[in-house]
Amino acid sequence: MSNTLNVVLAGFGGQGLLFAGKLIAYCGLIEDRHVSWLPSYGPEMRGGTANCSVCLSDEPIGSPLVLNPDALIAMNQPSIDKFAPVVTDGGVIVADMTLIGSVPEAPQATTIQLPATQMAEDAGFKQLANIICAGRLWAETHFCEEETLFKAMEKCVPARKAQMLELNKQALHIGMNA
Amino acid sequence: MSEKVLMKGNEALAESAIRAGCRFFFGYPITPQTELAAYMAKRMPKVGGTYLQAESEIAAINMVYGASAAGARAMTSSSSPGVSLKGEGISYMSGSDLPGVIINVQRGGPGLGGIQPSQSDYWQATRAMGHGDHRLVVFAPATVQEMADLIYDAFDVADKYRTPVMILADGMLGQMMEPVELREAISPEDLPAKDWTTEGHKNKRPHNIVNSLYLTAEDLEDLNVERYQRYKQIEETEQRAETFLAEDADIVLVAFGATSRICRSAVRAARDEGIKAGLIRPITLWPFPEEAIRATLPTAKAYLTVEMNMGQMVDDVRLVVNGAHPVDFYGRTGGVIPTPDEVLGKIREIAADLDSAKGDE
Amino acid sequence: MADQKEEKVVFQRPHSLLPVVTNYCPGCTHGIVNRLVAEVIDELGIEGDTVGIAPVGCSVMAYNFFGCDMIEAAHGRAPAVATGVKRVHPENIVFAYQGDGDLASIGMAETVHAATRGENITVIFINNAIYGMTGGQMAPTSLPNQVTQTSPYGRDVETAGYPIRVCELLSTLDGVAYLERVTVDSPKNVRKAKKAIKKAFETQRDGLGYSLVEVVATCPTNWGMTPQQAFAWMRENMLPYYPLGVYKDVVADGFANAAEAASARSAECPIAHPSEGGEA
Repeated sequence: MSNTLNVVLAGFGGQGLLFAGKLIAYCGLIEDRHVSWLPSYGPEMRGGTANCSVCLSDEPIGSPLVLNPDALIAMNQPSIDKFAPVVTDGGVIVADMTLIGSVPEAPQATTIQLPATQMAEDAGFKQLANIICAGRLWAETHFCEEETLFKAMEKCVPARKAQMLELNKQALHIGMNA
Repeated sequence: MSEKVLMKGNEALAESAIRAGCRFFFGYPITPQTELAAYMAKRMPKVGGTYLQAESEIAAINMVYGASAAGARAMTSSSSPGVSLKGEGISYMSGSDLPGVIINVQRGGPGLGGIQPSQSDYWQATRAMGHGDHRLVVFAPATVQEMADLIYDAFDVADKYRTPVMILADGMLGQMMEPVELREAISPEDLPAKDWTTEGHKNKRPHNIVNSLYLTAEDLEDLNVERYQRYKQIEETEQRAETFLAEDADIVLVAFGATSRICRSAVRAARDEGIKAGLIRPITLWPFPEEAIRATLPTAKAYLTVEMNMGQMVDDVRLVVNGAHPVDFYGRTGGVIPTPDEVLGKIREIAADLDSAKGDE
Repeated sequence: MADQKEEKVVFQRPHSLLPVVTNYCPGCTHGIVNRLVAEVIDELGIEGDTVGIAPVGCSVMAYNFFGCDMIEAAHGRAPAVATGVKRVHPENIVFAYQGDGDLASIGMAETVHAATRGENITVIFINNAIYGMTGGQMAPTSLPNQVTQTSPYGRDVETAGYPIRVCELLSTLDGVAYLERVTVDSPKNVRKAKKAIKKAFETQRDGLGYSLVEVVATCPTNWGMTPQQAFAWMRENMLPYYPLGVYKDVVADGFANAAEAASARSAECPIAHPSEGGEA
């Protein structure tokens, strides 16, 4: 595990990418690391492309804006086209192939293709492709302890939505084992 | 201190304002500060406070004026175009010696501009936040934790000197989440009493007046001079800055808020390359931390001011450096955020210039 | 040796009107209305709880005239300032004293919104159809064809539009509890005006909603008339345009307060009545 992990999560608004980013950020917080989460905001939130930058580091974080991610979760074509080429050497790309037609060349990184949206629908919770992707990213990078991932999920889902918490945990498992 | 939580800067400002004893918030929706108002709308009723969505930014600042005159810790927040509208009320607050806190989560300008982060209201905040001879104390946080902490200081300084205080943030800081440890809450009842407020004299004292009108020129001059004595005291005691590797630096960067974070990354990268760079981060923009910069004058060889604007704070840096060393500027504007690599490139250029100058000697 | 008759006080300065020289011109009606407000404050015994807001206009220095705590507001912003005070101290009696330019021109947004919020404040509105302090310019209430410094050929409604009837306009707003238009051109009308001002303060004291009293007034100096001529001109021209009377009185209409009247008016709107089975 490197000292710093810079993640970009990108896709359409409504896919829960900001939430998945928050999950990763909470993992860092629980393990007492320096953490930042920065969304793109504005009109693009409303149905256009949405992305957020998450940084986990053992040192204070300078710029929270990630331009060259060590890890990319991409959930639509424009996002993978935009960010795959700028992923760092040895980085990881998780691509939701249900929504992505072609993955651009990114020889510097490891690209993991999975039909996350289809997998979520098959499992009966189609809103949780984001979490499946996050689970898959964890399986590849182990950006935190496994236990932390589930603790972070408890922080991110409000207590009054206990049912959602269970579904989210299931989605994590699906992603981790995909 | 409580458990660390992840919070957006806008939300941390709102929650901490309540914890600092603010129970009166008057706002108006504008991106990218809207979460702040929304948080207040949700929380204020739970703590017996008032959230009021005003009809305009102008009305909002004048409600702050009224609530402050009535003795309360009051606050309003907006983003650049809305803050321009508040200028009138802020000038009146200064003229009437009313405390109060104004948040500016800056976006690109001029005009309607854009909604992406910017620092192009530096001049407005530190020079001309309204008409007349007056100053505004301006805090510039650089982390979400600092946003949470500085709001306590903002209210304290406002009350102590009877002056409006601004927290100058930007869209990046407002929107980003970082871990925050929230400070203990202060009950409004435990705040020091004020003897100048207009809340009914209860037939126990002569009437108090909150006013900024003085038709006799000499009277107004006396008051302005008195107020500037207070400003002098603020300049002497409230300057704040953070220095990072600046003590032995050849190239001293000066940057505030979000930009200072980018500069910190660039300074680290420069040091890795063997360039002795450092950073001074003003935490108060007015009073400008002249002492911190002056302290580097004997060792520094060049200065670089980095801002998300066309070059505003650089004026203040040049005033302090006063020709002793070159002061360079790098900025992006319109909502474009400079990258650490861009700043590093500029540092390298300056380092090369210094080297060749040395060679010429 | 003269008889030592026992002195009987028949007329004195109200306690809440300070013994200071005002800046009002001879024959100006501000003095009368200032006094009426002070008399009402005295009679209700509320001086210690009252906070007054002075405007920008001829009554700009009213903060020096009233004995209660006073705040000087920016031009037009008195209702917003009053809102701030009232929200901090709902038990205070808060009044704004404003002229036509202040209230109906630069401060129209603040006026309308304070009224529609039902801010429990009282506004005393002096309508003399002109900007007095700045020397006689056209006001939002200047009459068609009225000559002022900035309508030297008379207010041309083709270019300058029409005057605003403030009471009529505000009467449509649900937050308003009481609106009355009065004048002070005769002892009888002065008494009526005082009754209205008192009722407005009582409306606030009882927490019924926003209250405003519009006083149709004169400006002999800037109208270029003697006080008597000014009253005659006012009666002849202003009163037909701005008829005296009560424009809203929710209590007289049979409601407990502005909120109840508003509720009755929106009876057909389900979301406005969630407790009655409508959708919230």
